[in-house]
Amino acid sequence: MNHAIESARIRNHPRYQELVSRQRRFVACLVAATLVPYFTFILIAAFAPHLLAQKLSATSIINIGWPLGVAFIVGAWLFTGLYILRANGEFDALTAEIREGAIV
Amino acid sequence: MKPLFRVLIAPALLSAAATCASAAETLQAVEKQPLNITAIAMFLVFVLTTLGITYWAANKTKSMDDFYNAGGGITGFQNGLALAGDYMSAAALLGVTSMIFFNGFDGVLYSISFFVAWPLLLFLFAERIRNLGRITLSDIASFRLDQNRIRTLTAFGSLTVVCFYLVVQMVGAGQLIQLLFGLPYNYAVIAVGLLMAVYVTFGGMVATTWVQIIKAGLLLVGGTLLAVLALSKFGFSFEQLFKQAVAAHHDGELILLPSKLVADPLALISLSLGLVFGTAGLPHILMRFFTVPDARQARKSVFIATGFIGFFYLIVAVLGLAAIVIVGRDPAFYESGILGGKLIGGGNMPVMHLAKAVGGDLLLGFISAVAFATILAVVSGLTMAGTSAISHDLYVMVFKKGRAEAKDERRVSRIASVGIGIVAVVLGILFKDQNIAFLVALTFGVAASVNFPILALSMYWKGLTTRGALIGGIAGLVSSVSLVILSPAVWVKVLGNPEAIFPFDYPAIISMNVAFFFTWLGSVTDRSGEAMLERERFDDQLIRAQTGLGASQAVNH
Repeated sequence: MNHAIESARIRNHPRYQELVSRQRRFVACLVAATLVPYFTFILIAAFAPHLLAQKLSATSIINIGWPLGVAFIVGAWLFTGLYILRANGEFDALTAEIREGAIV
Repeated sequence: MKPLFRVLIAPALLSAAATCASAAETLQAVEKQPLNITAIAMFLVFVLTTLGITYWAANKTKSMDDFYNAGGGITGFQNGLALAGDYMSAAALLGVTSMIFFNGFDGVLYSISFFVAWPLLLFLFAERIRNLGRITLSDIASFRLDQNRIRTLTAFGSLTVVCFYLVVQMVGAGQLIQLLFGLPYNYAVIAVGLLMAVYVTFGGMVATTWVQIIKAGLLLVGGTLLAVLALSKFGFSFEQLFKQAVAAHHDGELILLPSKLVADPLALISLSLGLVFGTAGLPHILMRFFTVPDARQARKSVFIATGFIGFFYLIVAVLGLAAIVIVGRDPAFYESGILGGKLIGGGNMPVMHLAKAVGGDLLLGFISAVAFATILAVVSGLTMAGTSAISHDLYVMVFKKGRAEAKDERRVSRIASVGIGIVAVVLGILFKDQNIAFLVALTFGVAASVNFPILALSMYWKGLTTRGALIGGIAGLVSSVSLVILSPAVWVKVLGNPEAIFPFDYPAIISMNVAFFFTWLGSVTDRSGEAMLERERFDDQLIRAQTGLGASQAVNH
């Protein structure tokens, strides 16, 4: 029963809604920041591959498709780091504040 | 020479987008090779080490929680490595390098499609799954929905995925062992079935986790070593690597751009949907989030896993390009010494030949042993997932209504893991020499169209009801399975019809939408009293998901 009482207390906690909406917004941004470049890349590869044929420099044989692939992997990984940073700091602190004085 | 090349490779690699994808996941038919003593010796060391760990783990495994989730006592870093170990299959090492070897840039598209699921798993799933569940992913969907019906459905969803994926891995193991060790196919299948049953039955999740960790470490070390040695042949210059690869490949500069994989863009999109969302519905991956003490460690483990998996795919690209130059220009790796003819051992061999070329028999033996260890680790994870679906979901929660004796549960879990081992061996032998590409499509299709929608909607959509989840889950199952049957991989290649009724090998583009639509329809039209209660319980579920209130704790020993 204690969980139910605590749950009701949290539901009415002023900072709880704030936590939920802040986290939701942050997650939505990160999901978009991952999926939009990914599907753009796939769609360009599918419908306009010539856009990837641009060389890195006049003397280079490497086209921009390869480094873009690398940048995507590294970038998405950095996003996971960004998420951890904010979740471990801000969101965990907010959760601790909400749970303070908890019954269970 | 070119027509010959086309005749030999075309059926497996060059026809359509989805065929490329399946070729990367399933190994093509191979011929038995001479006995490779170095590889066998190294593999035996791996087996003995893991059996030692299993013995140690068996002594640590006292409660059922220990058995299912290592008592939540795995650290975030360890779990990150184990997740990477679960995901980096032999198919990725052999198949994706071979794809780059033959088709160049297509391999990059394939790699990032496999990779992109991981950041999403972190943002959307990892913490919530950890906070809401304890043992299986069915725990989450049945948190506020009807225990019996939803748990039965999701347990069967998990078992279906586990079963299809096991057959893929067993057949791969049999072919690999013929190829790399020079031993008969059936030996491999029986040995793999036996070892995975031993790991899981005696060592439970602790042993499974350490098998994954060791394998991930070996794969990363082996791959990095191979990449460094290969790059040294190009003076560590990527410019040189690309220049020589273009010069060595018969397609020249075309290999730097998308080619075969994008011949049918819709097929490519269906494939990528299946890979991205199918990964987010693989039970053996998701259950790993229960092995860490809390949501914070669950987060960390995905960050670690994403880093290693990303790094691994970058290495794979280097290996594929280096193989174009080093293997592609050496007649010793082609049958009868004909350059551009048939590769000795088949289309999945470029990375193995590369190992031999840059590191001799010792490195070849090492990489072969790693490839086999990789399969062993993946099947152990699958067996663990299947076992907990049977003993926890079906036996304890559905059959015994949550009131089972621990010793009965333990006995059922032993029967389940041994049973899964036997089924896997029998199916592995039955499917020998069969075209099993469609099983990969089925695995990811069912995971993306049954497990993923139910899981995602139960955590993110208040309106979901039991009826909606049942209707949607069954619609997803029926549509994904029937579309795969109507696809080129089964309708044409297995059943021998002239033309496929459904044009793509991967069904996700249709079946995922069908699943989501019917789940929505079944939920919004549900006006029953239970449905009201289920929607009401969402708020409490969200509080638990968000704050960890009431989430299962780590067991202290």
